[in-house]
Amino acid sequence: MFKIESLSVSYGTRKVLQSITLEVEAGEVLALIGPNGAGKSTLIRAASGVIPVHAGSVVVDNEDLLTLPAMRRARFLAVVPQAVLMPPAFTVWETVLLGRTPYLNFLGHVSSRDEEIAHQALQKVDAFDLAERRVGELSGGEQQRVLLARALAQSTPILLLDEPTVHLDLQHQVALMEIVRSLARSDNLAVLIALHDLNLAARYADRVALLVNGEIKAVGTPRQVLTPEIISTAYHLPVRVIPHPFADVPLVLPDG
Amino acid sequence: MKIRPFLYSFVVLLLSVILSIAVGAVFIPLADVWRVFTGQSPQVVTQAATIILTLRLPRTALVLLTGAALGGSGAAYQGLFRNPLADPYLIGVASGAGLGAVLAMNIHWPYSFWGLLAVPASAFIGALLTVFLVYTLARIGKTIPTTNLILAGVAFSSFAGAVTSFLMLQSTGELRRAISWLLGGSSQAGWGPVLTILPYLAIGLGVLLFSGHALNLLQFGDDQAQQLGLSITRTRTLLLLAASLATAAAVSFSGIIGFIGLIVPHVMRLWFGADYRRLVPLSLIGGAAALLLSDVLARIIVAPQELPVGIVTALFGAPFFLWVLRRAKNQGYW
Repeated sequence: MFKIESLSVSYGTRKVLQSITLEVEAGEVLALIGPNGAGKSTLIRAASGVIPVHAGSVVVDNEDLLTLPAMRRARFLAVVPQAVLMPPAFTVWETVLLGRTPYLNFLGHVSSRDEEIAHQALQKVDAFDLAERRVGELSGGEQQRVLLARALAQSTPILLLDEPTVHLDLQHQVALMEIVRSLARSDNLAVLIALHDLNLAARYADRVALLVNGEIKAVGTPRQVLTPEIISTAYHLPVRVIPHPFADVPLVLPDG
Repeated sequence: MKIRPFLYSFVVLLLSVILSIAVGAVFIPLADVWRVFTGQSPQVVTQAATIILTLRLPRTALVLLTGAALGGSGAAYQGLFRNPLADPYLIGVASGAGLGAVLAMNIHWPYSFWGLLAVPASAFIGALLTVFLVYTLARIGKTIPTTNLILAGVAFSSFAGAVTSFLMLQSTGELRRAISWLLGGSSQAGWGPVLTILPYLAIGLGVLLFSGHALNLLQFGDDQAQQLGLSITRTRTLLLLAASLATAAAVSFSGIIGFIGLIVPHVMRLWFGADYRRLVPLSLIGGAAALLLSDVLARIIVAPQELPVGIVTALFGAPFFLWVLRRAKNQGYW
């Protein structure tokens, strides 16, 4: 489990994230939702040490990940970014093997154990038969699964995903979310996933956190956070929330 | 790691070396080359031995090292900047070296002070100074954005180029010498140049040979490379330094030879794939072979005169690359 404590990020004088505090348990999927520009991507980038933070920490086992060198931090925390601008000439296998970087020497020498882990990662996302294909030839959904496999190859207890479903077709969205949720359970991962689709969050997340203008406005189960009052205010749009026809979760629909 | 690409490349390199030793204004039959190297020296081959050992061998060594430096750092620059148009001169090494060289040609140093090293030393210092300035200008706090590096490099190159052209126009006497240097070619004979640049190349290329894994990571962007565990500022600085050191040493005696650093990595990428752990060493070998072959052509085309090798690399390099590109089947090779 990990805890983001009082994380604040500023771009110059503009406060982009204000004292964010979030806790994610092992085996749990926490969905981060909020309007565009709320700071979801910024939070993920800041928590993974890519942008400097004004204040705050990311604590795992009493250690602040933000104070660690990049190589050590990468053994705790893996990020699945959006599948845009991927170098087309690399094969899927080469890409997933890069996930083992935190455990390789500076030459990048790969042991058979590393290969085994990469192998397993590809199987977990059901992409093993894509191994020899070039990344540039794959569909968006396949590329996203490859990035997930790479993150899994990193063998970290924490997984951050930055809006991985944005460019995906419906069937790929569902497939990815199914894999993420089942992996959280089976591998006991603490998963923080930024999502723009509220109903995906409702169906696949254990808890939801609403981020608006750099602040956490609500945290709780989907039923607690996805209410008409909270969502209408956050998104400046009247919404209705009804019980999902066949799943025991709320369904958010624009009203009027 | 597959052996075959290295096998093929080494064979081509070996053939290029042999050609370089055998060919020139005086063509030395291969049988004689063999006799010289195996120590059989009847009088008939003594003349050949002299040519080979005092002229051809050192020149071959210099060209080989220069080509290797340009090929290897070209691959590194393309990886560092994630840009297929990148070459070793991207952030100002060429313009800095050119300015240094032309300055040295214009100021008549007392021979005892610098001797034959005046121009190469000034070129070397000019190259490194420019890279340092560009790097310092591009730095923002703790990061070095690649876009800034390229822009600062372009700005500096224009500035240095303007000053260089001005100096060249001012000194009609040295004009031809300056142009000849800028077009590239080995003018100094003997082992001196080789031994002078060897330490810098050993350090620079030594670092680059181990940089493949880091370069692979950088292809996914700064964010992802960092998230996978790479310290990008430190890595970028180290690799820039190593590549610039190798390039500066290469151009100091040989002038600005274009195309090798740009084209050789692309050819290797088309043939052998984009994995930088293979690409950097292969570009090193390929660069050496390519420059050796260009140098051989430069010696034969207008024999007994010599063309500046930079003209040969451009003349033959461009069509060759286009031919390779047309034959390549895969679209996404980058």
